[in-house]
Amino acid sequence: MTPLTTSRRDFLKSSGLLVVSVSALSMADLEALQGQGAGPYPDPDFRRLDSWIVIREDNTATFYVGKTDCGQGTGTAFRQIMSDELDMAYDRTSCVMGSTDVTVDQGGSGGSDALQTDGWPMRRVAAEARRVLLEMAAARFAVPVDQLAVSEGVISIKADPSRKITYGELIGGRRFNVTLTGNNTDATTGVAKIKNVQDLKIVGQSPQRYDIPAKVDGSLKWAVDVKLPGMVHARNVKPPVAGATLVSIDESSVRGIPGFVKVVSKGNYVAVVCEREEQAIRAARQLKVNWQKPATAPFPTSEGLFTYMRGATPTSNPAPTVVGTPDAALAGAAKVIEAEYDVPFQGHTSIGPAHAMADPSNDQMTIYSNDMKSYGLRNGVAQFLQIPRDRVRVVWMEGPQGYGRTAADDAGFEAAFLAKEIGRPVRMQWMRQEETAWDTKGPAYTFKMRGGLDAQGNLVAFDYDARGADYNHLGYNEHDTVLIAQLTGMRKTTPAPGGAATPSDMYAIPNRRMAVHVVSLPLVWETPLRTGNLRDPNGPQVTFASESFIDELAAAAKADPVEFRMRLLTASTADDSGFKRARSIAVMKAVAEKYGWDTRPSPGPAGNGNILTGRGIAYAYRNQTVVAQIAEVEVNRRTGHVWVKRFVCAHDCGLVVNPEALRRTLEGGMLHSLSRALHEEVTFDTEKVTSVDWVSHPTLTHLDTPAAIDIVLVNGDPNQNRPDLPHYGAGETVCKTTIAAVANAIHDATGVRLRRMPFRDVRVLQALRAARV
Amino acid sequence: MSNITLKVNGKTHTVDVEPATPLLYILRNDLGLQGPRFGCGLGQCGACTVIIRGEAVRSCIRPVSAVQGAEITTLEGLARDGVLHPIQQAWIDEQVPQCGFCQNGQIMTAKVLLDRNPNPTDAQIRQGMAGTLCRCMTYYRIQAAIKRAAKVTA
Repeated sequence: MTPLTTSRRDFLKSSGLLVVSVSALSMADLEALQGQGAGPYPDPDFRRLDSWIVIREDNTATFYVGKTDCGQGTGTAFRQIMSDELDMAYDRTSCVMGSTDVTVDQGGSGGSDALQTDGWPMRRVAAEARRVLLEMAAARFAVPVDQLAVSEGVISIKADPSRKITYGELIGGRRFNVTLTGNNTDATTGVAKIKNVQDLKIVGQSPQRYDIPAKVDGSLKWAVDVKLPGMVHARNVKPPVAGATLVSIDESSVRGIPGFVKVVSKGNYVAVVCEREEQAIRAARQLKVNWQKPATAPFPTSEGLFTYMRGATPTSNPAPTVVGTPDAALAGAAKVIEAEYDVPFQGHTSIGPAHAMADPSNDQMTIYSNDMKSYGLRNGVAQFLQIPRDRVRVVWMEGPQGYGRTAADDAGFEAAFLAKEIGRPVRMQWMRQEETAWDTKGPAYTFKMRGGLDAQGNLVAFDYDARGADYNHLGYNEHDTVLIAQLTGMRKTTPAPGGAATPSDMYAIPNRRMAVHVVSLPLVWETPLRTGNLRDPNGPQVTFASESFIDELAAAAKADPVEFRMRLLTASTADDSGFKRARSIAVMKAVAEKYGWDTRPSPGPAGNGNILTGRGIAYAYRNQTVVAQIAEVEVNRRTGHVWVKRFVCAHDCGLVVNPEALRRTLEGGMLHSLSRALHEEVTFDTEKVTSVDWVSHPTLTHLDTPAAIDIVLVNGDPNQNRPDLPHYGAGETVCKTTIAAVANAIHDATGVRLRRMPFRDVRVLQALRAARV
Repeated sequence: MSNITLKVNGKTHTVDVEPATPLLYILRNDLGLQGPRFGCGLGQCGACTVIIRGEAVRSCIRPVSAVQGAEITTLEGLARDGVLHPIQQAWIDEQVPQCGFCQNGQIMTAKVLLDRNPNPTDAQIRQGMAGTLCRCMTYYRIQAAIKRAAKVTA
């Protein structure tokens, strides 16, 4: 065993940091961490066991994982799976996440892959550590490994349990020095096998999330809270019109402000820097900047968006996916239904605007950030500022969740840029109007669909055509796509290819065409309508349209919506989706049973009085996770107001690590999409975004909260008890189904089909009146 | 700039700042109190809420000069002798937060709500909390936690 040397990790160990998680950093710990500014910061080697796990003499362990938590408690889940494989008690472990110089690069967060993808190497390295410790104990006791037992970090001889030794005694304070294999981080493995599911003890329990106490007593140190000696505060000055060009800056307009430090500008990027935060805010408001409007309008108005999108020549037209002969089947159908659906741009609109602190001390660049993709930020900043990667590190800390917002971490780049310019630590924070106007947006969509029913009401043809305005997609903190890069002129020469998505169902439809097109707005760069990953990037839009349309077809067939879908899932086909279909059927049955679904077509019997009630279902498959969801709504005939009184959700993400944390994640996902269903829309005129705060861009509130949310966790695997039952993702699947379930429930209640989101009171009322409901 | 005296969580502080500065920046940047957070700077979301004279006050739009001498309570001041306030405990028991950034405002607003009405109905909870926003949409659990806390404190 090599003794630990005076590496940064040892410093942290002696400072006591290792016994707490990063999310529970105290002030003293943070200062210790900041004291480590010397650098350089080489990448932790994922093929070394010591990069993943440290065991101390007091028989506690810390896991280092390259993920970040978006508020769903993934750190707790990582501790559960790794404690289980290592055979240590959960409360003797801790977890450090997402800081680029101490955790291996697992990509940060995204795609709900925390457990689905990244959980596997975590389990394997913990199992490997257990194996190595058992071998060490075998050597110590001079008995074969198979004569040893291990429980909660203590290894004993089976035949003589009084002879025992702890992990801490075996290796505490020293390195494993074990080399792992694997072509990439995801593939990292030792030689040990992971446990059978049936042998896991901590997985499946619901320990409370370790990050929550410090979040409710005010002690948590967030990225917004970082203070450094000599720091200054910065605020941006954005172009008043998208695509405007900077002509001149009158610096004398702010020079008299107390604490004024500097105006920094490059290209069309402008920021002010002051000693105090309120001074920087004042300076940003007061600075006189002369801008020249672009010669042509950067985009249509939000009212004219869908007309524009339907008429635009697509920038991307991949060949459609075709099964069977959809045109012939539609021509021969007994009944053909057509419908168009529209989804506006919707923002991330995080509760806290973009922010970061960058420290240029010691010729390094340290960024304190809540970036979900901290590794991407590190790489992007190094490229953007042309400094070597190993001089840049990102210290990940908790932040306001934006569900994809920080994949384009504007503030992180801006803080680093300004810190380099000024030579002092710079704290950048956006203002509310700036954030709501200029954050990344979920792409707008228009859909055109046709469906054909035969004489028996069976769906025989489905023709799907989607246009998505995902024309400059920002996904992983690329140095030439974040806003400051665009504004300073460092940008890609061609737009990102973008993409549009198809429905993610397992329906067996004999004749089907899926066509997608990307359409671009006139201004591609330097625009507040830049698109990024918003929680399940295309799913809520696509599933709203496709699952609403399936409901329209069921209604046309005078079939019950559950029964109609079950027919599509049980139909015999030649494809190889048996596994997926079996699990789809299981969630469909579970949700209907939990709700108490009575079989009848929609709409339901016409109601009397002002309050009309109805129920609607939607279903989706995302990667290997499957969900079915029912909404029960009340629609006020007089006001158009929609209240979802109850959600019922059946969800199968395979092996569940922490059921209680999972339930809350699903609740949050459903209500997030409910907010998108009822309230959210980015509005704009031909120059700028006009939805800029919580009045002009409303969100879900306490008043909208359902009276009941019932969640059924399903294991519909055809081989339910298999020892290798996988864990799939859970952060985004329910975001798909919610909107369609609500729309279908509104139709069930009123007979009115809403084909344009969001279902604000005024829009619903208009539709009810048009239909004389 | 002028000297302003503030009483926060039982301690007295004097700061030399512009009197029009919103209280939030003084709490966060001068007094090191980070429970209250910047969400909008417009008084619309509630993330910055503190309690002054029994009122839930949005510190992002309240000039510091207007609260001189008043007893100000922040999230850090709710616990007594190291024991969490029952509302905070209910937040843990119910496992309310997702990201947790807004929960300062949720907890402080709920505190004022329960101080005034120890046994609120569901409708009163919804109404009383309506202006305090959460973008992780943890409203369902917040409402459950308020009911849980009401049972303890009533």
